[in-house]
Amino acid sequence: MSPSENRLTAAFLAIALVALFGGVVTGLFQALEHAGVNVYPSTPVVKSYYHSLTLHGVLNVLVWTTFFICGFLPWITTRALGVPLASVGLGRFTFWLMTIGLVMAAIPLIGNAATVMFTFYPPLKAHWAFYVGLTLVVVGTWLVTLNLALTWRAWRRGNPGARTPLPAFMALVTFAMWTIASLGIAAEMLVMLIPWSLGLVGGTDPLLARTLFWFTGHPIVYFWLLPAYISWYTLAPRQAGGKLFSDPMARTSFILFLILSTPLGFHHQYTDPGIQQGWKLVHAFLTFAVFFPSLLTFFNVVASLESGARARGGKGWIAWFGKLPWGDPSLAAQVLAMLLFTFGGVGGLINASYNLNLVVHNTAWIVGHLHLTVGTAVTLTFMGITYWLVPHLRGRALWSRKLAVAQVWLWFVGMIIFSNTLHRLGLMGMPRRTMIGAASYVQPEWKALLPLVGIGGSVLFVSSMLYFLNLILTLVASRAPAPAVPGFAEALSGPDHAPAILDRWRPWIVLAFVLIAVAYGPTLVRLAVTTPFNAPGLRVW
Amino acid sequence: MKRGTTVYLYELAWILPSFAIPVGMLVALVITAFGAGIHLPGNEGRIDPTKVAESAMFKTPGVIEIAPGQYEVRMTAQVWSFAPNEIRVPAGSTVHFWATSKDVVHGLLIPHANVNVMLLPGQIAHAQARFDTPGEYLIVCHEYCGIAHHTMAGRLVVEPRKTAEVAR
Repeated sequence: MSPSENRLTAAFLAIALVALFGGVVTGLFQALEHAGVNVYPSTPVVKSYYHSLTLHGVLNVLVWTTFFICGFLPWITTRALGVPLASVGLGRFTFWLMTIGLVMAAIPLIGNAATVMFTFYPPLKAHWAFYVGLTLVVVGTWLVTLNLALTWRAWRRGNPGARTPLPAFMALVTFAMWTIASLGIAAEMLVMLIPWSLGLVGGTDPLLARTLFWFTGHPIVYFWLLPAYISWYTLAPRQAGGKLFSDPMARTSFILFLILSTPLGFHHQYTDPGIQQGWKLVHAFLTFAVFFPSLLTFFNVVASLESGARARGGKGWIAWFGKLPWGDPSLAAQVLAMLLFTFGGVGGLINASYNLNLVVHNTAWIVGHLHLTVGTAVTLTFMGITYWLVPHLRGRALWSRKLAVAQVWLWFVGMIIFSNTLHRLGLMGMPRRTMIGAASYVQPEWKALLPLVGIGGSVLFVSSMLYFLNLILTLVASRAPAPAVPGFAEALSGPDHAPAILDRWRPWIVLAFVLIAVAYGPTLVRLAVTTPFNAPGLRVW
Repeated sequence: MKRGTTVYLYELAWILPSFAIPVGMLVALVITAFGAGIHLPGNEGRIDPTKVAESAMFKTPGVIEIAPGQYEVRMTAQVWSFAPNEIRVPAGSTVHFWATSKDVVHGLLIPHANVNVMLLPGQIAHAQARFDTPGEYLIVCHEYCGIAHHTMAGRLVVEPRKTAEVAR
């Protein structure tokens, strides 16, 4: 790992962490509002509940995740392949392009000129710089794909016939999947939202915009999740003192994610008019299909952890769990993230169920779900990764491992309170994205639970502040040298047991496009041909 | 995936149920979705979002009885209200909602009644539900639609059969 590659990763991480900070502060405001404490009249900058909620969503789910991933996966790839990044210059250009895009989007966002939520459904019309800025960030992610592909090609030239090392293989699959999936949002931005926000065209169409948005909007959750899986598969087994159970099974599941992540976005649009029920059902089937690689991951990762715990003297069917090295904050964060993700996965199946979704769609249930998935499976895992990655990049040991262990447990407990309460409120029919403290229709049964949203959110906020405190003290006050970074796990069943076709790209990418064409083609063509683009934009915040 | 090894046997023992579980769930889903007559919004056609008030369908929003026990609600959503914002039907009625938005994206949610549909400018939305239990149901907009989104609500009153008939 050359210093210039490390600096690149550090730069992406720095932006990601600043975004997370902004996201958790606004998150606290949101949680307090639901508990009846309206802080917005006294906050600087943040103008309203909805302004705060837009900042919270954009900063946490779009910026924190994307910048972290664009810093972390190139680092993992070059380390696994043992070759330098194909072009550090391209990497630096990518970083500045994405950062300029972020600043462009942030100016209207902070100035309350883009209070349209992170889903920016038209005809709510934000300032054009918001759309252009976010588009530059997406273009930046494509350049990361290019850089990783060039890096892999350089490695392949020196290693003909060798199996791509698993961590690099997974990072490449993640970016290949994302690049295909992001074509939807790119089309929405370039063809619809940017010309419209610039005043070049008069009208827009909400249904087509939502369809293109969710083309990208579901696979984007796999773009966030797969980097966490990479850590669970390739680092966590070693951190637990064991081995990866099955390398071929890991590759199989990632190939399935590459193929299946995109052609299922209609499950976010079950309640949209204008899309035939039959196509919605097809997407329901495909969503259940993508549950299969998730189950494979669950088994493989847990079996790997078990091998570590047994090597450390763990016994019994369940009791081995206690023998994991719980004093390691990085591993503790990941294992707790996995535990809560189990519930996130089960809830996700309910959301994906064609009919059950009617009970939960756009209720607080979805907010509870999202906080288990991106808010815990992804975020808590990324926190766990930074507990070794930041010390490594800084060259100093983590300031306090004990504080870090306490922080991850606090996140776990806070999230159980927060997310469980929101799930229940959703089942009671409380809408999401709503300033509940000011709503006239709050039901008595909601009232009893709302304080728990504030309590859970506050615990999460304290946890995140301890996290930032520990990282800042690591940067400025830690004196001990950084320990070695976790090595990649060996596998009980190694890459040589995997069919060679898993290491080829073209068939899988072609298959991914074919499935997308089947699942989306007819509806997209119909909408493209019939859409009149006659909805004028509005600014109603 | 090397045949004959312990790892292979464990893989197989997991892969087969991992395949069977989602398939089983799908079967249950399809049976309950279509057996129970759950209705999802489909493609009901477009409407010019700038001319909703002039359209035949939404000229006069309100409730009409189309057959005994069958009611049709013509509803428009706009910042930040539903029209009509109060609906009264006798218990045991099936209510067909036909709705659209005049401005931004709204949502129509009636908790505990399986009415959950997005109201998109440009699209005619349809949902239906049967109301057997007398009482008051909340009608709420469940999509962010601007600064006063949290004030956008209405109510659906299901009246006991007798009083409803007397009033009529």
